[in-house]
Amino acid sequence: MNFWRDIKGTLQPFWITLGYLFKKPVTIQYPEEKRTPPPRYRARIVLTRNPDGSERCVACQLCSAACPVDCISMQAAEAEDGRRYAAWFRINFARCIFCGLCAEACPTMAIQTTPDYEICNRDVLKLVQEKEDLLIDGCGKDDEYNYYEHSGVGVANERGGNEDEYGPVDPKALLP
Amino acid sequence: MNEMLITLILILVKLGLIFGVVLSMAAYLVLAERKILGRMQMRYGPNRVGPGGMIQPLCDVIKLITKEDFVPARSDKWIFLFAPGLTALTALLSFAVVPFSPPLTLFGREIPMVVCDLHIGLLYLFGLSSLAVYGVVLGGWASNSKYSLLGAMRGLAQMLSYELALGLSLIPVVMTAKSFSLTEIVMAQSTWPNILQHPLAFIIFMISITAESKRTPFDMPEAENEIVAGFHTEYSGMRFGLFFVGEYINLIVIGAMTTVFFLGGWHGPFLPPVVWFIGKVLFVAFLFIWARGSMPRPRYDQLLRFGWKVLIPLALLNVVITGAIRLAMNS
Repeated sequence: MNFWRDIKGTLQPFWITLGYLFKKPVTIQYPEEKRTPPPRYRARIVLTRNPDGSERCVACQLCSAACPVDCISMQAAEAEDGRRYAAWFRINFARCIFCGLCAEACPTMAIQTTPDYEICNRDVLKLVQEKEDLLIDGCGKDDEYNYYEHSGVGVANERGGNEDEYGPVDPKALLP
Repeated sequence: MNEMLITLILILVKLGLIFGVVLSMAAYLVLAERKILGRMQMRYGPNRVGPGGMIQPLCDVIKLITKEDFVPARSDKWIFLFAPGLTALTALLSFAVVPFSPPLTLFGREIPMVVCDLHIGLLYLFGLSSLAVYGVVLGGWASNSKYSLLGAMRGLAQMLSYELALGLSLIPVVMTAKSFSLTEIVMAQSTWPNILQHPLAFIIFMISITAESKRTPFDMPEAENEIVAGFHTEYSGMRFGLFFVGEYINLIVIGAMTTVFFLGGWHGPFLPPVVWFIGKVLFVAFLFIWARGSMPRPRYDQLLRFGWKVLIPLALLNVVITGAIRLAMNS
């Protein structure tokens, strides 16, 4: 009965391909149709702000250290009240591989990945973006977090004055 | 003298017409194949250039012409340069004997709608398809590449062995028409097409002509995932284009052959004969594209075993049975 099995196996594919011929293609035709990537998609990198509108980045260099292709560079600076910030901050998107390790490393949630994937440019120098290009007006993924309200450094409030903190320990006291 | 001149001009006009129609049809068959295969795989196929991708063939030609015409070192240069032309030429020449409409009467002259109505048109077609083997073999041999040589070797064995089955499958058709002329064969099918009279011959014909023209599922000479691109691995630019165009002209030739031998040529109700002819040719071309979208490629030894051990005995049996029936009906 192998003969009939072979005949069936020869004819069946024709029927199936004919069926597919009249189905709508699954292709998304890119420049006209654009799909919306999921919210946690890793594409363009941005610098976010605190809920009160100040910059989140404290120029700790962790993102730069985590970056496997070394595309992030910055210069740290300190304000009068002891608050650290980046004097300049630069991401070379021509080198970036969109791994998202920088966002994972960031303790202040300043650097974040967004679903905006249309970055490409004919001029490679336009892919080197400075702080003013990277900074956005919003908080990104967490709109409540402010690093200096949890940090133990007296910037937002007095030292030890934050909600989940206790005051500084007196190292000269005998009691623990 | 005057008569000869008019005949000459008529032949030239018909040649020009066929040349233009066949070449543009071949170009658009490439597009149609890509689009139909795409739809069978749930994608669109080329649709960027022009409305629905209709200018794609032109762009392909520009691309092929502007590419480098590369000749590999230590290749057999003249044969290498000559082989692609042979493939396209043999395919084009086949159209000389294909009748695409009944004779037309214009200004009191009867004009046969075929360039040259040979009495041995069928044998002429076979001769050309045998010559087409040379394009493959010489191209593969002259490239000085192992993949090309392997492809050429496969092509040679495959095309030669399937030509036997091809010829044998057409003998019943010739028996019915009592002629080798293609016009006569079409005339003989005015009541019903040969496909109803000789279904077995039709099946054998379709299988062996697929192998003969190196189309999927029998595309071993250029099996992409085994031997790069087979006999045309080393070709680039317009020389590759000639192989490519030759293949698609061949597809139209096959369509025309199937139409003439089995589907009743230009015969059909209501519509004008030329429309019927072209429609049938395009339908057969669609069948081949469809097969390409559906069938996997068998192994090389399976192909040859099938050809020699199944198709040829079957075709011989078909010839004997058809002859016996005709003999019994006559006496």
